[in-house]
Amino acid sequence: MPEPENAVQIDVKKIIQDFPVLDQEVHPGKKLIYLDSAATSQKPVQVTGAMTDYYHRANANIHRGIHALAETATDMYEGAREKVAFLINAATPSEIIYTRNTTESINLVASSWGRAGLKPGDLVILTEMEHHSNLVPWQMLAETIGIRLEFIPVSQDGLLDLQAYQLLLEEDPKLVAFMHMSNVLGTINPAQKIIQLAHQAGALTLVDGAQAVPHFPVDVQDLDADFYAFSSHKMLGPTGIGILYGKKHLLEAMPPYMGGGDMIKRVKLRSFAPNDLPHKFEAGTPAIAEAVGLGAAVDYLSAVGMHNVAAYEHHLTKYALDRLAEVPGVWVFGPEANQKGGVASFTFEGVHPHDVSQILDAEGIAVRAGHHCAMPLHEKFKINATSRASFYIYNTTAEIDRLIDGLYSVKKIFG
Amino acid sequence: MDDLYREQIIDRYKNPRHRGSLAPNDISYQDDNPLCGDHIQIDLRVNSEGIITEAAFDGQGCSISQASADLLIETVIGKSLDEAKDISKDDILDLLGIELGPVRLKCALLSLKVLKAGVYGLGAGEASDELVE
Repeated sequence: MPEPENAVQIDVKKIIQDFPVLDQEVHPGKKLIYLDSAATSQKPVQVTGAMTDYYHRANANIHRGIHALAETATDMYEGAREKVAFLINAATPSEIIYTRNTTESINLVASSWGRAGLKPGDLVILTEMEHHSNLVPWQMLAETIGIRLEFIPVSQDGLLDLQAYQLLLEEDPKLVAFMHMSNVLGTINPAQKIIQLAHQAGALTLVDGAQAVPHFPVDVQDLDADFYAFSSHKMLGPTGIGILYGKKHLLEAMPPYMGGGDMIKRVKLRSFAPNDLPHKFEAGTPAIAEAVGLGAAVDYLSAVGMHNVAAYEHHLTKYALDRLAEVPGVWVFGPEANQKGGVASFTFEGVHPHDVSQILDAEGIAVRAGHHCAMPLHEKFKINATSRASFYIYNTTAEIDRLIDGLYSVKKIFG
Repeated sequence: MDDLYREQIIDRYKNPRHRGSLAPNDISYQDDNPLCGDHIQIDLRVNSEGIITEAAFDGQGCSISQASADLLIETVIGKSLDEAKDISKDDILDLLGIELGPVRLKCALLSLKVLKAGVYGLGAGEASDELVE
């Protein structure tokens, strides 16, 4: 959560040294300014080094075989799980399921828990600000099972309407699934309150934490979340691996998601007995090197301190919002800095976001343009697309100054 | 950047010569690029000899998509439907006078896709990228 600026204790110059990708000119004379971390973060040498070290020193398949390398590989893979469990304060590492990404984590819950437990007419509450990854899996269940979907509205200033939510809760929902932080508006939703109200109404909760875990401290037990999903690649780790946290008794009651090796205890020709948690949900050879890289990313973030990460990003976000407000024709979506994370999505009057991004790119500045996988949210605000600058621990206020300069050159070109 | 945002493109974007719609018309087709929300509609009037006598476009999107539509309309007026079928990707790039990466190429070619889908008499939603490859 955002903290006062005097809490910023972070050595940005030292951090930047750990990210070789940032030290390059993407166009002649134009040094890269990477403001697209909400799409994917850059990776420090500690993460890429850990993965290389795994391949050079320990590569073997896990949980199969008793030779030395297999044991080292298994230890590294399971060690990363323990680090992730500690980061989000899961009660036990067996509540941490490795998936491919946040999207697969949500699909796992929809496919396993949803198909086993939901009946025609059952209500799942989502929000209007969801990423497609937390909309489409439930729409698919609406098509196949006939579940009902309702949506917590988003106000013009980018906040969830909690009064409307309380009315929806009177309709006996089975699940409330929502994002912890919006990838477009930057809104940090009051997860603890949303979960508490859901539980009072007898519903379970699933939190899409893809934009949260990388950027501020998350404690799944304190939140009392039933399921919590996030991705490695947005938190300095590699692509190809994500996390589903679930409360143990819920995961134990759920049927397997995919069948294959490692997810079984015994197999006969016509039957199988599923393995214990977390392996029950990890069929086939997993992304072992990626798990090791994720573990190194967790180490890196822990060394910086998640409170420091949050405080520094709040400092950047506030600076960016103040400076963006100076540029005529720029309109930033979402709430004020004290209610949002390091994301600034904006439109530029009379200029399409693609043109804005292209002109910024020519200055070496990487921002994203489009609907950011949240088409319904853009429809709600009656816009096709936005440009989005997003920040992480390796960004600086000097880079935000360059962004603002770039926006003035957009203004000059399109006059 | 100066190359990409040549004066012609900005000028056509801000002051299009052929923006509007034709009613009645002989051919009308529209499509969009869901990735960025660019939208183009093209209306044509065609005489008994198959010559395009009048043409107009409408829509919204980035400067590349809108400027290329305006330039395409200018080119197509006076051409036969068969000649319109022969307009290629390279012709559009020549009109724009710039080089484009794969993402912006889609913006530039949306209007040609719409024109060809209309000329070939395709149904709504049947326009494909193959038309402009």
